[in-house]
Amino acid sequence: MSPERLALDAVFREAHGRILASLIGGLRDFDLAEDSLQEAFATAIETWPRDGVPRSPASWLITTARRKALDRLRRQQVGTRKLAEAALLAALEREEFSPPMESVITDERLRLIFTCCHPALPPEARAALTLRTLGGLTTGEIARAFLVPEATLAQRLVRAKQKIRDAGIPYAVPADGDLPERLGPVLTVVYLVFNEGYSATSADTLVRRELCSEAIRLGRLLVQLMPDEPEARGLLALMLLHDSRRDTRVDPITGQLVLLEDQDRSRWVHQQIDEGIEVLETALRRHRPGPYQLQAAIAAVHAEAATPAETDWRQIAALYERLAGLVQSPVVELNWAVAVAMVDGPERGLTLVAPLAERLDAYQPYHATRADFLRRLGRPTEAAEAYERAIEMTSNGAELGFLKARLGGL
Amino acid sequence: MRYMLLIYTDETSEPTDGTSDEATMMEGYGRFAQEATEAGVMKGGERLQPISAATTVRVREGRTMVTDGPFAETKEQLGGFFFLDCTDLDEALAYAAKIPGAQIGSIEVRPVWEGD
Repeated sequence: MSPERLALDAVFREAHGRILASLIGGLRDFDLAEDSLQEAFATAIETWPRDGVPRSPASWLITTARRKALDRLRRQQVGTRKLAEAALLAALEREEFSPPMESVITDERLRLIFTCCHPALPPEARAALTLRTLGGLTTGEIARAFLVPEATLAQRLVRAKQKIRDAGIPYAVPADGDLPERLGPVLTVVYLVFNEGYSATSADTLVRRELCSEAIRLGRLLVQLMPDEPEARGLLALMLLHDSRRDTRVDPITGQLVLLEDQDRSRWVHQQIDEGIEVLETALRRHRPGPYQLQAAIAAVHAEAATPAETDWRQIAALYERLAGLVQSPVVELNWAVAVAMVDGPERGLTLVAPLAERLDAYQPYHATRADFLRRLGRPTEAAEAYERAIEMTSNGAELGFLKARLGGL
Repeated sequence: MRYMLLIYTDETSEPTDGTSDEATMMEGYGRFAQEATEAGVMKGGERLQPISAATTVRVREGRTMVTDGPFAETKEQLGGFFFLDCTDLDEALAYAAKIPGAQIGSIEVRPVWEGD
């Protein structure tokens, strides 16, 4: 691949979200922004090898895309232009004479994320739209991540963009009074983006890694914007702490998932752990604990243990119990049971997961957890049955390998 | 953008005419209308007679059919509306939350179809 093409690919991966957000912010039209950016990329493929890579590739792409948008609007018959488009055209034409400074790209991502996560949009569309516009993922990648047919997801995106336009959903950070309410859906989506990168449902680990970085970057932006919101800090701390273990989660040779207790703790990113804990402590000082702060606290307890044996499971169990009181979730109860089992043994764990059977029947970790309890209790027949259920539901290769090894070892 | 704010409430749970509860509710609507008017967003609004006064008309194959009652039996009924001109959906939603009917029923916020 040519150096120009490599440079273009790098800009695409690193700055796609920032560039698209900036374009949508200016053009107020998702489709126009996306189409113009695509044209700008096509032009770059032609001209960069000839003229060299511009000094600021991202600014170049934004300026070029805005010109493309202007051309597109001009090509439209004057009579068929909508009022908003005519106004946009006039604004772009004014700008033609005084283009914005090349080096200044205002960060529109925060405004855009509040648009993408607006409560007036259906929840399943919010994450998809955020990943498409801010994460720069293709429709196909998002469809695979959410396990829906690509046509369904494309339709979801089209409808969401239509609603944004037709209902007048603003490109703006909500007013102070509305922030606490509007923050929840945004945090949910950021965490979803992070998890999508972290749990690697696709073989393309490079894209996945960048999802995590993108989510952390968005998390930092949220903290910057809302320094008084402890849950924004809680989420950032949670992501930093999880991400600090990224290099030790999968065995590089076998590709198998490495359990927390078997991970090489010297290879955890300790600088990131320190940052995560500091962010969490700042959040906790507000004395308004929430689900993200509690989950970050659990991750911090794990991170602080020099060896698995030193893990303070009693504290983890107590944190899960508090979390279960805040969020009604059988998954949280399952994790609580795992922590309690570490203190009181698998027998007690098995008792605690029993009432979850119906609600978590379709949840792979439920069967994997039960299998582990039964294995430790020396009940191989039942354990094998549970491992088989878990294996049926696993698509991740590393996890599949791990479960099969455990089943074989019974 | 112009928005229609449709007020849906369960008529049977509305305060009876002439009671102090009804007076309180109407005061609330008065305050809302005043605020929206002073802000310059108010384009109109009315309270509707209950569904007992409703009549529905359908024309099928050239025949006009008139029936007693609302178009559909629902738990909450359209009881009134406000017509507002707002900057964006967020502003319209903020006004919707201030309508007294939002406390007991639902406000449906519908953007007006602007001609292409």
